[in-house]
Parts: sequence; C-alpha cells; structure tokens
Amino acid sequence: MRKWLVEPDFILTRDPDRCINCQVCVRQCANDVHVHDEEADLVQSDSEKCVGCHRCAALCPTQAISIEKASLEFRPNGNWTADRIRAVYKQAEGGGILLSGMGNDQTLPVLWDHMVLNASQVTNPSIDPLREPMELVTYLGRKPDRLELNRDANGKVSLATELAPQLRLETPIMFSAMSYGSISYNASFSLARAAQAAGTFANTGEGGLHKDFRPYAKNLIVQVASGRFGVDPDYLNVAAAVEIKIGQGAKPGIGGHLPAEKVDAQVSATRMIPERTDALSPAPHHDIYSIEDLRQLIYGIKEATQYTKPVCVKISAVHNVAAIASGAVRAGADIVAIDGFRGGTGAAPTVIRDNVGIPIELALAAVDARLRDEGIRHQASIVAAGSFRSSADVIKAIALGADAVYIGTAALVAMGCHLCQKCYTGKCNWGIATQDPMLTKRLNADVATRRLSNLLRGWSLEIKEMLGGMGINAIESLRGNREHLRGIALSDRDLNILGIKAAGE
Amino acid sequence: MKRIYAREDLCLGCRLCEIHCLVAHSKSRRIISAMTREKGQITPRCKVEESGQVTFALQCRHCEHARCLEACMTGAITRDPATGVVLHNADKCVGCWMCLMSCPVGAIQRGREGHVASKCDLCQGEAAPVCVANCPNEALLFEDREERKK
Ligand code: SF4
Ligand code: SF4
Ligand code: SF4
Ligand code: SF4
Repeated sequence: MRKWLVEPDFILTRDPDRCINCQVCVRQCANDVHVHDEEADLVQSDSEKCVGCHRCAALCPTQAISIEKASLEFRPNGNWTADRIRAVYKQAEGGGILLSGMGNDQTLPVLWDHMVLNASQVTNPSIDPLREPMELVTYLGRKPDRLELNRDANGKVSLATELAPQLRLETPIMFSAMSYGSISYNASFSLARAAQAAGTFANTGEGGLHKDFRPYAKNLIVQVASGRFGVDPDYLNVAAAVEIKIGQGAKPGIGGHLPAEKVDAQVSATRMIPERTDALSPAPHHDIYSIEDLRQLIYGIKEATQYTKPVCVKISAVHNVAAIASGAVRAGADIVAIDGFRGGTGAAPTVIRDNVGIPIELALAAVDARLRDEGIRHQASIVAAGSFRSSADVIKAIALGADAVYIGTAALVAMGCHLCQKCYTGKCNWGIATQDPMLTKRLNADVATRRLSNLLRGWSLEIKEMLGGMGINAIESLRGNREHLRGIALSDRDLNILGIKAAGE
Repeated sequence: MKRIYAREDLCLGCRLCEIHCLVAHSKSRRIISAMTREKGQITPRCKVEESGQVTFALQCRHCEHARCLEACMTGAITRDPATGVVLHNADKCVGCWMCLMSCPVGAIQRGREGHVASKCDLCQGEAAPVCVANCPNEALLFEDREERKK
C-alpha cells in the first residue's frame, strides 16, 4: 500500500537554466532520488526519498540543485508541531519504533551558548600565543594523593612516588568511540591516523580492532562494552587505554544494534561474530549490577594488562550522574567519560535520543564538584562528550572541570557528514556510516585524515588564542577554573549547578 | 615526467573529470555553454571506464614509446621535446584512426570536433590537469613516479 500520509521532508528543485544534464547527481544519490529519463534526455527527481544529505548538490558542477524543507504547512499549532504529526503518521504506517541517527536535535537550550569566557584587561596582561609558548599538553589518568621526593647525597631531587599510567595528549581533544561496523573502514582508519598525527587518541567503540589498525594502537583506546565484541587479551594489551562502556549519551539505558546487513566478512572477523548476524549488545553488562561488580571488571582489565594502562569508564549523563561517577572512581576508574544527551549514535530509538539524559554542561559541573567535595577529583580524569561543536565549547568544558573532551559528531562532520540522521539505513551518501563498497569508497582516507588533522589543529590554535586572551599560558591552569566563565540568561539554580557567576558579577 | 594516475579504489564514477575536461577544451570554457550549446562538438579527452563496481578515469599515458606517434602518417602526433607530452594537432589529422588502433590503452577517441582524432594534452596552459583538479575524491593523482623510483 502506498504510504500516502508520509510526506516528504524536503523538496528538491533543479534550475533548468543551470542543469547541464550531466547526471552526476543521478550517480551520487544512494536513495535513488534522481533518475535520468533516457527518452526525454532529462534528469528528474523524486523528492519524497530525499534525506537532505546534500551529496548531489555538493557534486553538481553547476550548483543547479536547491533543497528546501518541504513547505507543506499544517495549521499552526505550538503543541502539535509538524514533526510530531509526521512522526505519528510514520508510526501509524509501520507500527515499529522510530529510529534516528546522530544526536538529539530538539531545541532545548544549549548551555554552552549561555556561557561566556573572560579576557584580560589592564591588570592582568594577555599573552600572545604566536610569540610565547602555550601549553595544551594534557595527561589523563589517576594522579597521586601526594608527591614524595628523594634527595640524594648531592642534593639532587628525584620523584619517589610511583605514578599511575597516563595518556599524554598534545591537545585536550580526542575522538569519541565510533565502532568499525557502524562507520566504514576508511572512516575508522582516518580517525586512527589523524589521532596519531595530532598526538591524541581515537576510540574503537565496541566494534573490536581491525587488524589493519593495530599499527595505530598506541593512539587508540579500545572499548569493552556489554556485547564484548572483539575483546581478547591481545585487544586489551595493544591499546593505549581500555574503556568500559556503560552508557552512551544518545541512548542511555539501552544497548546497541548493528544490523546484519552491515556485518560483512571484515566486520564479522573484527567483532568475532558470525557473518550477516545482528550484532546486539545488551542494555546492561550482565556481569555488572553494582559498583562492586564494576570494580571487578576494572580490576580484571587492569590485571589482564598488568596495570600498564589507564582504565576508563564511560557513562551517559543521567539524573544522578555525579553519584555514579563517584562510584566509578571509587571502583578504580582512572578516567571517567561522561556523555551528554546530545551525543551522537549510529542508531537509536528517536524517542530515547530526544528525551533521555541530561545536558553535558550540567553533568560535567556536577561530577567535577562532587569529586572535589569528596576529595577524589585527582583520582580520575574527566572526559566530557556529547556534541562539542567548536573550540569555544571545548574550552568552556575545560573551565567547567573537564580534563579533555571527546568529539564524535564534529569529527564526522569534518569528514563530510551532513547530519542527515540516516546512519541507521546503511546508505550514507558520504561513505561514512555504511559498509556498501560503492559508498565506502567515496571517503578517501587520505583526504579524511587531512581534514580531521586540520580540524584538530584549527581548534587547538583557537584554544591557544583564547587562553592567551585570558592571560593563561597552559591549559592546566584553566582546568576547573570556573572564575573564567560567566553565565547569561540562566536561572540562579542553573548558575548554582554550573558553579559559575552571572555575567556582570 | 608527471603523469596522471587513477585510483580505481577511490573513483566514484561521477564523471566530473570528463565534464571538466570537455569544458577546458571548449571554445567558451564556461561549463553551461560548453555542456549545452557546444556539447556535440567537443570530446572529453578523459573517459571513465566502468565495469560493475569498478570505475576509473582513463587518459593518454603519454608513453615513453608512443605507438600512436609512430603510427601517425601525417605527423599530427608529436612529442613536446621539453615536457615529453604527446600532442595531437587536429589541423594535420586526416582521421585515418591509425593512432586509435595502435594505442594500447584505448586513450584516443574519434573526435566530435570533425573527422579528427582527439586525445589528452595534459591540459597545456593550465596549472594542473583539470580532471585531476576537479576530482572530488582525489582519485586522480598527477605525479612523477619515475622520479620517485630513481
Ligand atoms: S538524499 Fe542526498 S543525494 Fe539524494 S537527492 Fe537528497 S540530498 Fe541529494
Ligand atoms: S548534477 Fe547538477 S547539472 Fe548535473 S544533472 Fe544533476 S542537477 Fe543537472
Ligand atoms: S572525477 Fe574522479 S571520482 Fe569522478 S569519475 Fe573522474 S576520476 Fe572518478
Ligand atoms: S589532463 Fe586535461 S586533457 Fe588530459 S584528460 Fe585530463 S582534463 Fe582532459
């Protein structure tokens, strides 16, 4: 039956004065929107299938294509918005759970946009990062309670305290967990190579480690998630660090699902599961029902890796995130990663993506404050995640208390992602979230690596500029330094939780 | 010498290389005019070969021992002594198709410009070959691999 109530999201128009009938668009759209009518020798389009990914428009050599939001207006209704009505139509057609890719796209306030940074004037000179050294190096891992020093007979001082293993980052930005399987080989490869080039880390996600990526393992954090895909002693030992994934910001409380179509021979070998089977990771780890259980897994991994690498616990930002983070630190986590409700995903039920979890800004501030209050902040580093869109978001997060951030969506966007949110269809026209060989080859790994490296470089330079403006010459000095933030148009309660003053105070 | 190398693992088969080649060899050199008014009269020198999932763009290899040059009886095909580029002069071409038949890679085509052959000139006068410059996935490389071997 024709899905007559499902209306197109976009209307695509082709300027006849510009279109040269070259069919580039026809060859680019994996959703078969464009067709070439041989008889009329004309390219035509069926807007209904368009997901607004701009692939065709980006490659059209004459800029003949424009894509607009379909302007089929309903009677204005602040409650029953067009999106809500359309979701009901879709659900009434299919009866299933509606899926989405990427992060929460709702218009809830983005608190980063309600925070501003400080700059030096007169009394505290600013620093010019082009003339003076500016330090972004960040160490992630457990810091000692106190430092003990040895002084030898000649008065030479050396460190007596044994330091816990640390990750050294040249810039406080890492690539979030994105599994090979959910993203393509070339995308994973590019993330690993860009991380190595920039002296930072990429995260394998729960998809295991492809054998080709082993040479980059010094710059990879491997994940142990509830499905335990691809986990063996070698996997744990080659990596720079191990991350236990408890939750993901886009879908707190639920597991993962990689559809069988995406599980080809390579993905199956990497995940250590049969080919063309659904890769389902359970909602909880079935061996972790308490902080004590978490401690067992953390120490199990530490034992397996002879205490040579930090163990990270990744949780999604939920209501009592501060208590959970505190538990994770007490359970032995060396790094706690917190993923806010705007974090991305390859596939999540839309209703969960858009309604579950709390903003990373509040979660981060709450966790940092709680760990400080309990005197255990030094025992673990905090990594914030969940939609960092610019270097400004990153630096604000560091001032709020993060040691470093994870970027996922921004990295995908750097590789060409247009946030069409259709990752779960496996038909990513940009060659990122797909395993279709005709589509994956669209992402040239050399180009993607270069673009990712450029992004990290650009953001790092901007962070240095902003630090210099504040009169700070090391990112260390900004960490948790909330005096450098002020809030605008926030309630007293928000300011209180964020631990910042209002602008003007 | 610098030659164009195709990376079939990265070629999308979009044919933008063909389009831009055609435009670069048109009179107007403006994409819309070239692809509409002039389209039937210009040959893209670069040709995208397609077989199943594999596609790549093929152009003249500018061979060291150019069979087309040896086969051409009118002297329409010459080698630029300075650059090594194998060039075709349409004014001297009589359309005997000897070059077409002798090219081992099939890089020469019957031109739409008249009863003459048509082949890649590595975009003489351009900073870089336009097919290379306009490939959206860097599936064409313009480099000197002999230098690298040495
Ligand atoms: S889905 Fe993407 S490529 Fe296809 S018509 Fe829409 S914007 Fe163009
Ligand atoms: S790519 Fe642009 S110019 Fe070519 S057929 Fe499509 S709309 Fe027309
Ligand atoms: S422009 Fe590049 S990707 Fe497109 S067909 Fe030509 S060589 Fe292939
Ligand atoms: S180098 Fe120039 S002439 Fe040769 S195929 Fe490429 S675009 Fe055409």
